[in-house]
Amino acid sequence: MEILKAIVETILLFTFLAVVTAMLGVYLERKISGWIQSRLGPKHVGPQGLLQTIADTVKLLQKEHITPLNADVPTFNVAPILVAVAGLLAWMIIPFGPAFGRIIMVRDINIGLLFFLAMASLIVIGILLGGWASNNKYALLGGFRSASQMISYEIPLALALMVPIMMAGTLSTRAIVEAQGGSIRNWYIFGGPYEWYLAIPGVIAFAVFIIAATAETNRIPFDLPEAESELVAGYFSEYTGMRFALFQLGEYAEAFGMSALAAVLFLGGWHGPVLPGIVWFLIKMFALVFLLMWARWTYPRLRLDQLLNLSWKGLVPLGFLLVLVTGWMLV
Amino acid sequence: MRLDWLYVAVFAVVGTVMAALPLAIVWLLAPRVDLPQKRMTYESGVVPFGQAWAQFNIRYYLFALIFVLFEVEVIYLFPWAVIFRQLGAVAFVEAVLFIVILGVGLLYAWRKGALEWV
Repeated sequence: MEILKAIVETILLFTFLAVVTAMLGVYLERKISGWIQSRLGPKHVGPQGLLQTIADTVKLLQKEHITPLNADVPTFNVAPILVAVAGLLAWMIIPFGPAFGRIIMVRDINIGLLFFLAMASLIVIGILLGGWASNNKYALLGGFRSASQMISYEIPLALALMVPIMMAGTLSTRAIVEAQGGSIRNWYIFGGPYEWYLAIPGVIAFAVFIIAATAETNRIPFDLPEAESELVAGYFSEYTGMRFALFQLGEYAEAFGMSALAAVLFLGGWHGPVLPGIVWFLIKMFALVFLLMWARWTYPRLRLDQLLNLSWKGLVPLGFLLVLVTGWMLV
Repeated sequence: MRLDWLYVAVFAVVGTVMAALPLAIVWLLAPRVDLPQKRMTYESGVVPFGQAWAQFNIRYYLFALIFVLFEVEVIYLFPWAVIFRQLGAVAFVEAVLFIVILGVGLLYAWRKGALEWV
């Protein structure tokens, strides 16, 4: 019985990710890019081009799969699936909000945040495998860059998570959101239900989290792994058709997942006045997604050494300092 | 608790099936024309020169090594952060010691030039 329920929930969550994060995400990305660059973006398929991504998906379904001659075939095939499944699993612990007398989320795993981090790191492995298996120099370079970048930013990401964890005293995402109820003052970005000065580490941790999340999801200004002007398309240069789409699905699932997690940890998750909880959660998530897309057209791409310096010489020491300061304030 | 991990297992299996499903549809729908030129890897339009699996910059390995050290130590901070407020001052002092040692390690790697990309 439980297994049947789990299967249904998998299908629901996968469909949610495919439709909301991947399809709507690509549409929003193009529409917002167009808006920022004073052009229209997709316009012709459906009202305001809303069905453009569906048309693209149907097109991709009819495209041939090309496996490069010297590729490592099993690895080459597994990589996109691994990325998509890791993106799906990371979403298991995101609480959407209360509806029908319960909290809409897949599982309230007691080590939820750690689980999310673990699944986010699985994406690195998928990307590295894909880049390596293609036997293409651009793809290999993209894979290596992605690995070095994502591992460098995983440490500031984990350290920024430490601040809400210390405030909440739990790794369960649901308990973290519940602890931020009441008023906007109780959001962990503003120090939670503690003294006002905890807002200082709160805001800094939020900023570190957003920067590290942008790097984790390989988005501009940290998009070195797929830098189209130097590496063609980076690690998915050799992927065609639906395999390429699976990589995209995994990436958008992760980008939206990181935004959702930031909303859950720092911005009070589903808490908000008047509107139902799920709506609030979605508003916060989409606002953060918009921030990611905005950054894309605002900042130039970093060089690899700048990128690594920012993490190891900037964010990692800052992260350790944050943990100490938060601890000192909470004691 | 055990149910949680059952869910994770089901999600992993069913998720893999769902991710593989479009690939199966492609197998049914898409054309298949096999030409040797088509299966060449892309290298700016010229015939690929040698294999991609060659030597690469050792720096990537160094950063991976530093990462493993720090990530493992960050993992130790997770259980500490969860019960930190129940333990109070003692836990805080211990964490200060732990993080100072970590900081010295980072400083050492920094001074040694392990964090330079050249």
